[in-house]
Amino acid sequence: MIEQHQVLDALSGVRDPELDEPITDLEFVSGLEIKDGSVFVRLRLPTYFCAPNFSYLMVADAKEAVLSVPGVEKARVVLEDHYASDEINAGVNDERGFDRAFEGETEGPDLESLRTTFHRKAFVSRQEQLCRTLLADGNSPAELAEMTLNDVPPSPEFETYLERRAELGLDASAEAPLIVDPDGNRVPRDAVVQHLRFARLTRVSIEGNAGLCRGLLATRYGENSGITRQIG
Amino acid sequence: MYEKDGEKYFVVDEHIHFWDASPENTTNKYGEGFIKCFYDYHANLSPDEYTWSFEKYRKYSEEDIIHDLFEVGHVDMGIFQSTYLRDFYDNGFNTLERNSALAEKYPGKFIVNGSFEPRMEQQALEMLEREHEQYDLKGVKLYTAEWRGDSRGWKLDDEWSVKCLEKCEELGIKNVHVHKGPTIWPLNRDSFDVADVDRVATMFPDLNFVVEHVGLPRLEDFCWIGTQEPNVYGGLAVAMPFIHAKPRYFAQIIGELLYWLGEDRIMFASDYALWQPKWLVEKFVDFRYPEDAEFDDYAEITPDVKRKILGLNAAKLYDIQVPEEMQLVTAGQDTGFDVTEKPEVAG
Repeated sequence: MIEQHQVLDALSGVRDPELDEPITDLEFVSGLEIKDGSVFVRLRLPTYFCAPNFSYLMVADAKEAVLSVPGVEKARVVLEDHYASDEINAGVNDERGFDRAFEGETEGPDLESLRTTFHRKAFVSRQEQLCRTLLADGNSPAELAEMTLNDVPPSPEFETYLERRAELGLDASAEAPLIVDPDGNRVPRDAVVQHLRFARLTRVSIEGNAGLCRGLLATRYGENSGITRQIG
Repeated sequence: MYEKDGEKYFVVDEHIHFWDASPENTTNKYGEGFIKCFYDYHANLSPDEYTWSFEKYRKYSEEDIIHDLFEVGHVDMGIFQSTYLRDFYDNGFNTLERNSALAEKYPGKFIVNGSFEPRMEQQALEMLEREHEQYDLKGVKLYTAEWRGDSRGWKLDDEWSVKCLEKCEELGIKNVHVHKGPTIWPLNRDSFDVADVDRVATMFPDLNFVVEHVGLPRLEDFCWIGTQEPNVYGGLAVAMPFIHAKPRYFAQIIGELLYWLGEDRIMFASDYALWQPKWLVEKFVDFRYPEDAEFDDYAEITPDVKRKILGLNAAKLYDIQVPEEMQLVTAGQDTGFDVTEKPEVAG
């Protein structure tokens, strides 16, 4: 017997690539039906014109996440109220892929380079969030530049940072430097302040977009109308 | 003009519309979806007392726009950013013709920007020439996500777009407003990417590129370009209403823009009728950063900085005469990046 929380746990591993938050926290999941080994999920987004590429990624990732739950044999995930719902739903559920779902509108086979671009942004933003807590604890920027991952005390910010770092395939061993650029190069001591300044701008942008999207979703569908995970 | 605490502010609203999204003019479900999406922005970010019904929002009257901008809205000059969307609306959404008719009726109140459609190729150049001759254009508004037949958008450095920009230069149309949207060819790329602005800003140093919505949702990419290209400006449409609904975020955006672009390249806009200038101007003049360590290192927003953002910067780009009493009181602060200095940061 598949439980709703198992499916929601799996869906919480799917993030909006731009906002770097789980689709369950963003209330993008609006429907969930389980019947024997079949799962049906309905998704929705803040606007009718949300970018089709990111929308596609979330639907495809959600389907994969649901299929990863033990016991699930069939999964169908549909996006509702979007200008390209038909193309996206057919593309994901018939496994035609993005470029065939939008015939003639794409260049190249997939969305992986787009995904990487946003993984890099998420990494930079999470690094800044972690460094902000370390600076608030009394470390100087010069000290941060010399720190390795081993020197960082445990925290939720550190955990998320390590996840994003691993996602990019960067060295996450204990001796690796704390502050690296998205290619994994150590940021030199005299460049750390400016590096973090730009990282902060990236974080402000991502957090602000997330705030706007939450607001638009609430205006469109009402507050707390999504299916979210029970915490605890 | 707005006056508070002995300070006077000349107000240029650099992004306004007089649109028609009435059911009669709406062509298809996409036009319906577009105006509903616009309405959610309006309803989500407006104070209750300034929120309209959806019915009024689809098509408001001449009396509404004159009242909201000039009678109560403190606006001295409004700049129409014509946006056609002919695939969504039978007679277009907010066209040069419709905007110009209003501008003619109220002389000295409006500047009307045109547009060009690079996918029309040679015809686009001819049309731009004709419209310039008829309307004496000072600027164009470009919406790169606009649909046209099977096309879902275009880039500023596409071949025919570059030709149109050359034509703008030749005709003396020096202000190019750029609005990014959710679709662009190819669909597998980031449609909000502003890298094409960077490329054309380098190619056309005598044109001014005003990135609407300060590049949102790509504020970071936009600011980065701003540090490299001195002829890139930020329009505050869509960012302004955060001042009410999300004041901390507004403070961060303004603080970041002052740091990266500086006070001379940011311009006020309401995006009317998305939002109304009255409350935006009043709240902006009252604006201060929250008292919180997060905001400690942002540049101060003095009345002079507010004067520049509210009107003086746009007045400079559009050669608008500003009365002496509303000019700057002191010399500028040294905000923003020296664009000759290119810092090394990996994005």
